[in-house]
Amino acid sequence: MKEVVVLSGKGGTGKTSIVGSFAAIAKNKVMADCDVDAADLHLLLSPSIKETNEFRSGQVAVIDNDKCIECGLCQELCRFNAIKDYKVEPVSCEGCGFCSHICPVDAINMKECKAGDWFISDTKHGLLVHARLGIAQENSGKLVALVRQKAKELAEKNGLDYIISDGPPGIGCPVISSLSGTSLALIVTEPTLSGIHDMERVLAVCKHFGVPAMVCINKYDLNDKNTIAIHDYCRENGIDVAAMIPFDNAVTEAMVKGVSVVEHSDGRVAREIKSLWQHIDRKLQG
Amino acid sequence: MIISIASGKGGTGKTLVATSLALSLKDRCKVQLLDCDVEEPNDHILMKPDITRNEAVSIPVPKVDEGKCTHCGKCAEVCAYHAIAVLGEYVLTFPELCHGCGACSYLCPEKAISETPHEIGVIETGNAGGIAFGHGKLSIGQPMAPPVIRKVKSLIDKDSVVVIDTSPGTSCPVVEAVKDSDFCLLVTEPTPFGLNDLMLAVETVRQLGMPYGIVLNRVGVGDGKTEEYCRKENIPILLTIPLDTNIASLYSRGVPLVEGMPDYKEDFIGLYEKIEEVVSERSSRPQR
Repeated sequence: MKEVVVLSGKGGTGKTSIVGSFAAIAKNKVMADCDVDAADLHLLLSPSIKETNEFRSGQVAVIDNDKCIECGLCQELCRFNAIKDYKVEPVSCEGCGFCSHICPVDAINMKECKAGDWFISDTKHGLLVHARLGIAQENSGKLVALVRQKAKELAEKNGLDYIISDGPPGIGCPVISSLSGTSLALIVTEPTLSGIHDMERVLAVCKHFGVPAMVCINKYDLNDKNTIAIHDYCRENGIDVAAMIPFDNAVTEAMVKGVSVVEHSDGRVAREIKSLWQHIDRKLQG
Repeated sequence: MIISIASGKGGTGKTLVATSLALSLKDRCKVQLLDCDVEEPNDHILMKPDITRNEAVSIPVPKVDEGKCTHCGKCAEVCAYHAIAVLGEYVLTFPELCHGCGACSYLCPEKAISETPHEIGVIETGNAGGIAFGHGKLSIGQPMAPPVIRKVKSLIDKDSVVVIDTSPGTSCPVVEAVKDSDFCLLVTEPTPFGLNDLMLAVETVRQLGMPYGIVLNRVGVGDGKTEEYCRKENIPILLTIPLDTNIASLYSRGVPLVEGMPDYKEDFIGLYEKIEEVVSERSSRPQR
């Protein structure tokens, strides 16, 4: 079984539109939405949820004010400034539990949090594992790991060849969790200076974790000079530029209709994404 | 006055708004621009600051003195992150899992644990044409952005108008960057993805209990559902920016909008004045 994850560094370069199209093109796969704090893939796949599960993770300190003698030790020792006036600010609490261990009168308890939900859905293009991290919750990396694990179990159970993951932007915890141990990372970039800067950082993360990467330039016709710069960078670093997708309003039109762009039109964007998937397919089999 | 710029969905124009807002205000007042998207900071590409100082960001991780350690296991028991483990006669530490809370070193009965800095990123400060500039960069392969964000925010100069740029999403890095702001600007685009993620971002700022408003970017693309949502939820749209290939082209070359198209400066000053009005109206209200 092979797992491909789509990342970008910079947000808004087109990851989800491309993954939504892969869902329509690829056979024998499970889809996984690893962007758990701003998931959008479901908007293209019209899922019907078969299974909803709570994601419980992390803890938050709670002070029993009847027991508290206001000695202030917890406030003094908390490195996250999460305790003020003998009250815990849940948003700042990192759940380390230090305060609960040192409270001289045992007035602090750690309470487990519901940190989100995860789902298994049926879609017109097969199974989808997705999730919703609770508002302002931590542990997105753990939820991503859970989504990937469930996708893997489903793929094994159903004898499917591929897991295709829509990844989060950035390079931090949820990205590392989406990337580590995958077969291939597709980096979707755009020809802006920000897009190039962020692509270089996420490619460095792929290299750090030993995952082979290829690049797709989305809206390549926005700035020719930058598109050439991306090609030069990739050539110098031995990275395959697997596709160049032009800017086309069809992408947003498809999104408004709630379908992937390859289902909406047969224009240049759709053709390029189809050939991109064939390229990835060959690479994964080869 | 601290104004944070967030979005939910990535690529909606946070960096464009943060840099143009800072540049539009610099002739009126002291301005500080802090880029708290430490995973993928981009403001420096547009602002081209002279960086005059950089400082490593570290978190304190445990270092065990094997001579004093009795392998009692207390440290592993109290660590909520499984960043320290005791296996027979060995103590293993995992710095990349450690949050630097200090529980293990404080609670070790033998005082065998000291703390040593583990570098996870860097902050850089300087000046960009009269604007005090600061940003953070998370090191490649490091998962934890919040400590770097906290360090960038330690630069806040309360006598300035402080503009804070943040990462996309709604989880801990965004909350860390946005909290303690006087106002949060949510930048979105009128597409289904933009709206879905805006609704998540709105829930986040509501939970943080601060006033907020919308900048609607690329108006002309997508559909009218975002405006409908804002109307229904009574969320003010403070500025609209049209879909315009000239704007996209300026951004692609790293030129701030108000430098390439100076007419927009008035719009950003107007945006600031609306924010000022909301914030001062709110602070004059009696506090409960």
